[in-house]
Amino acid sequence: MEILLVIIIGLLHAGGLYMLLRRSMFKMIIGLILLGNGANLLIFLLGRLVKGHPPVIEDGMKVFADIYADPVPQALVLTAIVIGFGLQSFAIILIKRVYNVLHTDDLDELNSTDEEI
Amino acid sequence: MIVLPIIFQFVAGTILLFFWQKTTLQKFLSILFSIIGLGISIWLFLLVWENGIMITQSGDWKAPFGISFVADTFGVTMVLLSSISGLAVSIFSAGSMRKERLEFGFFPILHFLIMGLQGAFLTGDIFNLYVWFEVVIISSFVLLTLGGKKQQLEGALKYVSLNLLASSLFLIGIGFIYGLTGSLNMADVAIKLDNLQNRGLVSVTSGIFLVAFGIKSAIFPMYFWLPASYHTPPPAVSAIFAGLLTKLGIYAMLRTFTLMFGGDEFMGDIMVILAALTIFSGGLGALLQQNMGKIFGYLIVCHIGFLIAGLGMYTELAIMGTVFYLIHDIIVKTNLFMVSGLILKINGTQDIRELGGMYKNFPIISLLLAIPLFSLVGIPPLSGFWAKIFLIQAGLQTQDYVLIGFIVLGSFLTLWVIARLWSEVFWKNGIDLPKKANGLYFSQMTKTDQWLMVFPIVLLSGISLYIGFGAENIIILSQRISTELMDPSGYIEAVLGLKTMTP
Repeated sequence: MEILLVIIIGLLHAGGLYMLLRRSMFKMIIGLILLGNGANLLIFLLGRLVKGHPPVIEDGMKVFADIYADPVPQALVLTAIVIGFGLQSFAIILIKRVYNVLHTDDLDELNSTDEEI
Repeated sequence: MIVLPIIFQFVAGTILLFFWQKTTLQKFLSILFSIIGLGISIWLFLLVWENGIMITQSGDWKAPFGISFVADTFGVTMVLLSSISGLAVSIFSAGSMRKERLEFGFFPILHFLIMGLQGAFLTGDIFNLYVWFEVVIISSFVLLTLGGKKQQLEGALKYVSLNLLASSLFLIGIGFIYGLTGSLNMADVAIKLDNLQNRGLVSVTSGIFLVAFGIKSAIFPMYFWLPASYHTPPPAVSAIFAGLLTKLGIYAMLRTFTLMFGGDEFMGDIMVILAALTIFSGGLGALLQQNMGKIFGYLIVCHIGFLIAGLGMYTELAIMGTVFYLIHDIIVKTNLFMVSGLILKINGTQDIRELGGMYKNFPIISLLLAIPLFSLVGIPPLSGFWAKIFLIQAGLQTQDYVLIGFIVLGSFLTLWVIARLWSEVFWKNGIDLPKKANGLYFSQMTKTDQWLMVFPIVLLSGISLYIGFGAENIIILSQRISTELMDPSGYIEAVLGLKTMTP
């Protein structure tokens, strides 16, 4: 399972970076979303995967007798997903506005703020 | 108790939301709230100054488990500075901002931005720091795009994409930290990272943090978004960005690299190299530009280099120089963009080739504007001078002669830029420009609005002068901060409850 996740994380990051380096605005946003998902999975993985041991103390026990799944990474990932969702939706609205105003999807044409004026 | 400034800003922003589109009332309330917020920050600052580090554990969960808020001297100083800049920008935007922008919630967002900043300065938890970062950048996105001009949208796209990238890198870094230590509380992480055998992994993690914060604070290879976006929004927005957002990155860097990755030599060397290149490229960039907003944008980059330089050298004196520079820089950079806003309002353009005759037409205002401009350069009694002295002294101690060379070069480049600006904008005879900008010019504004624009510049210039002439007080303050930063054991003890002072 870990190996599979590691490969998925690697693929997400590679795909995200590839998309970021394209010239289209739309692909850039997709790249950022992929990178965000990769980061979320990474946190999940680094919190160690434990199967079948929920972090609940069993009846009659005072402490955990066995290893248990760490709940913190799940909380972190959840927070990160929500925040990421907000930011990404803002970014998507932004590129829509930019497209409406500038009529182009090509990042190379967005250079008027860099020009000598 | 120490979360009071954060809660107050949140309440202020929320109350302002109820007065949607009632701009006059919003202006008044925003200034009032900013003054109260400043009062709270001063109170907190004095309290921490007297009592030492104070802790609030949220929900009263003991330290490594809950989210702790830590008010040490560095944190409260930053809160105080952000309140001062917030007040200045609030007054300035009440005078200068156009009605269309004010109607769409400029003031509430401004208060939420300040809330995010103060949260980031006071938190003691690395993931919570990430959350505050996101609060800050989402508010800054809104402020940047408010108004929806073509240029603004373009600048915002660059700003948004790189900030999102930096956030996901920051998140990856946090993931590594959690994987290595199983903790998120910065004090706890500091202890556990110290005991870790695998130094390579720690270095890699600190590298990820360096890149993430580096993008946010615009250091050398990652600064290109800044000059492309900071001149596009109205000057009041640029002022708060310039004063506080890049400095938030620096704050996070100072905090993590002193507390968690204390004195990693490899990273120190990299930072020194990056600092030198940042100073150089920012200075040269500023020299080439003709638009005032872009000149100041490059100057931000240039002076971020000075801040990184102190952190890279990593001695007590160097950190002290950095902290002093940070205090000076926040005030001056906020002021600088307000100056450019005032000049824009007077002349209707920011192109320095078209400007001129300021000194002839507005001698008193010109003299006022000279204060921030020349404190930036660091002409001796003014505030920039002292900070540079300490950095150079620290460089002599650690024998980083090349870095000293770059610091001096950076100062000269700044001097050149400002001198060019002064001769072009203030001394040169102005040409009569056609009044092409839509919107009111300074001469057409009401007396109140004019005062609202000039007063914050007077206020911040006064503080700049105080930092320059009352330098011994600031030196005592930055010495205390650097001692606390270089020896984090007091911080760690206070957070982990070995010596609790829960109010």
